[in-house]
Amino acid sequence: MASTEIMTVNMGPQHPSTHGVLRMVVELDGEIIQKITPHIGYLHRGVEKLSEHRTYHQAIPLTDRLDYLAPMSNNLGYVLAVEKLLGIEVPERAQTIRVILAELTRLKSHLVWIACHALDIGAMTVFIYAFRERELVMSLYEKISGARMTSNYFRVGGLSSDVYDGFEKDVREIIDTFPGHFDTYEGLLTKNTIWLNRTVGNGVISAEDAIDYGITGPALRGSGVDWDLRRDNPYSGYEKYQFKVPVGEKCDTFDRYKVRLVEMREAVNIIRQALDSLKPGPVLADAPQVTYPPKEKVYDTIEGLIHHFKIASEGFPAPEGEVYQSVEAPKGELGYYIVSDGGTKPYRMRIRPPSFVNLGAIEKMAKGSMLADLVAVIGTLDIVLGEIDR
Amino acid sequence: MGYEILGLPMAYYIAMVLKVLVVFVFVLLTVAYATYAERKIIGHMQVRLGPMRTGWHGLLQPIADGVKLFFKEEIIPSQADKFAFLIAPLIALVPAFIGFAVIPFGETIEVGGYKIPLQIAAYYDTAAGKVVDVNVGVLYILALASVGVYGIVLAGWASNSKYSLLGGLRSSAQMISYELAAGLAIVSVFMLSESLSLQKIVADQANGAWYAFKQPVAFILFFICSLAEINRTPFDLPEAETELVSGFCTEYSSMKYAMFFMAEYANMVTVCAVTTTLFLGGWHGPGFLPGWVWFIAKVYFLIFTCMWIRATYPRYRYDQLMRLGWKVFLPLTLLNIVATGLFASF
Repeated sequence: MASTEIMTVNMGPQHPSTHGVLRMVVELDGEIIQKITPHIGYLHRGVEKLSEHRTYHQAIPLTDRLDYLAPMSNNLGYVLAVEKLLGIEVPERAQTIRVILAELTRLKSHLVWIACHALDIGAMTVFIYAFRERELVMSLYEKISGARMTSNYFRVGGLSSDVYDGFEKDVREIIDTFPGHFDTYEGLLTKNTIWLNRTVGNGVISAEDAIDYGITGPALRGSGVDWDLRRDNPYSGYEKYQFKVPVGEKCDTFDRYKVRLVEMREAVNIIRQALDSLKPGPVLADAPQVTYPPKEKVYDTIEGLIHHFKIASEGFPAPEGEVYQSVEAPKGELGYYIVSDGGTKPYRMRIRPPSFVNLGAIEKMAKGSMLADLVAVIGTLDIVLGEIDR
Repeated sequence: MGYEILGLPMAYYIAMVLKVLVVFVFVLLTVAYATYAERKIIGHMQVRLGPMRTGWHGLLQPIADGVKLFFKEEIIPSQADKFAFLIAPLIALVPAFIGFAVIPFGETIEVGGYKIPLQIAAYYDTAAGKVVDVNVGVLYILALASVGVYGIVLAGWASNSKYSLLGGLRSSAQMISYELAAGLAIVSVFMLSESLSLQKIVADQANGAWYAFKQPVAFILFFICSLAEINRTPFDLPEAETELVSGFCTEYSSMKYAMFFMAEYANMVTVCAVTTTLFLGGWHGPGFLPGWVWFIAKVYFLIFTCMWIRATYPRYRYDQLMRLGWKVFLPLTLLNIVATGLFASF
């Protein structure tokens, strides 16, 4: 018999389908995967350490750059954590706008997921279609916050400013087109034999294993675990909205695909409900020691200017203690753990990124399958390296 | 004009050289503009514009691409097997072009008293009063398709790169799986035409119905297998970008890369021409247009179909593709042969 040898292939950090700068050392027997060793850290920017030297407000822009496909969800988790630490109540209008934007962010992130996942498996057209729709959300981001990706729009205590006139109309126009677009993607993929061949039975991870690995988000629900923080541990007023939490049965890539598609349709539902319940009102908590004063006061009065200067340069002291707040980000549970020593900067901030934890299961999911399946597994895990490396 | 070589008039040789030139230039231009057409067609299917900057609506883009590739630096990896590395693009490119030699692309035309059939490897036998061409034309094309694979396999092996090697491996597995099914799919056509000569096959279809209608199963199977043989989506595994970076041509640069690229598109043109000849009545069509126009129209329609498929379908996995070839296509073609045999004998 001919002797065989295990071939070690270095996939990444520059590889078309590792979604950024993930590097994996893959040991192959022919095309069968024997072992995967992910190497991370190529995008490390030290967000956690940097935030120890920033005031609580100054750390918000750093969170934009974690999961750069879902900046508003990152902002939301962070400001909620700081608000929990301070014990601030956020006005209802701000909460509702946060929910609308967080769900739009979910759509935006899932659109990139379906685009890249389909492209990895070879379906090019879905990629372009999904990016076209993502552009709608990006333009809305730009109108609200001035930036297409790094929005930096939420503030501790509310929002940086109220939304512009006509925001509701714009959002409605965008989300009204979405169900049709989802049908288009499904038309191209859901019943496509090749798509089914590639995704059904691929990357199977049982519910027990998924929980053991700490997988969260759509990947967990795809394995049949009915767990969604928006419903089971509501924040920012999510308890007011009616929405389905989809779960899969077969724990494979196709089920995760279906789960995410239903989630996108549900996100549209939640946005509709939130828009219906949106009432005029303040968008910043009544907590002058924490929030920035309104711009008119800053420009017109010396007291306002001093107030602004103090908050901007010195920040605000937070009570001593520690707090953990997590949100259901598009990719899973995004948690912020903040330790305060009573100063104006966090003593320690630890971020629990969903992608990092989900990536841990990659070997479990792809071992024994083929190299082409590994690409599908990376796509279905929906990882973002900005979040993994922080 | 009175000269004769090997018993054939001089004009025959002149016509031959002219035909070679015309066909070569035509295929070359088609290849260049197939890349442009692909970018434009898929672009418009994907709600974008495709190339727009170089010339009117990007019409000069293939030329710009060619010039760019021509002036790129040649890189030969230090660990590569130099001879095989250099010869591989040639092995891929040459068979892709010479397949056209046996394909009839139009009716016999008359120039200065000589009848010239529009097929490179053919002449008009005045004594017999008919066109004589290579009597094993289809076999020749199948053989060339197999030779072309060596280019890809050698490229994958000689590059001494793991991704290239995997690409080369996939390619050889793919070829073996699909060549057989493609060959068997055509057998049913031979059974109807009782000849391997492409002239005869085309003539038969002009008298009766197109073989695409008489042999729909063979037609569809042959076209799908051909897609697999020329590495087009959904069977573009040897160069699956998202898995193998660029597959067998990862290490290639400059003109050597361009040669693989040209080979791929030339193969597509050849396969579409063969499909047209075998199944779509060749150059025959309603008489208001000359035969070669019909031929080109049919070939371009098939090329368009290839691009359309690329815009629509994801990619198969290597083992699924093998399973499809061996367990689905091969039995189907065999059944088709049996059915054709039963049908033809009664």
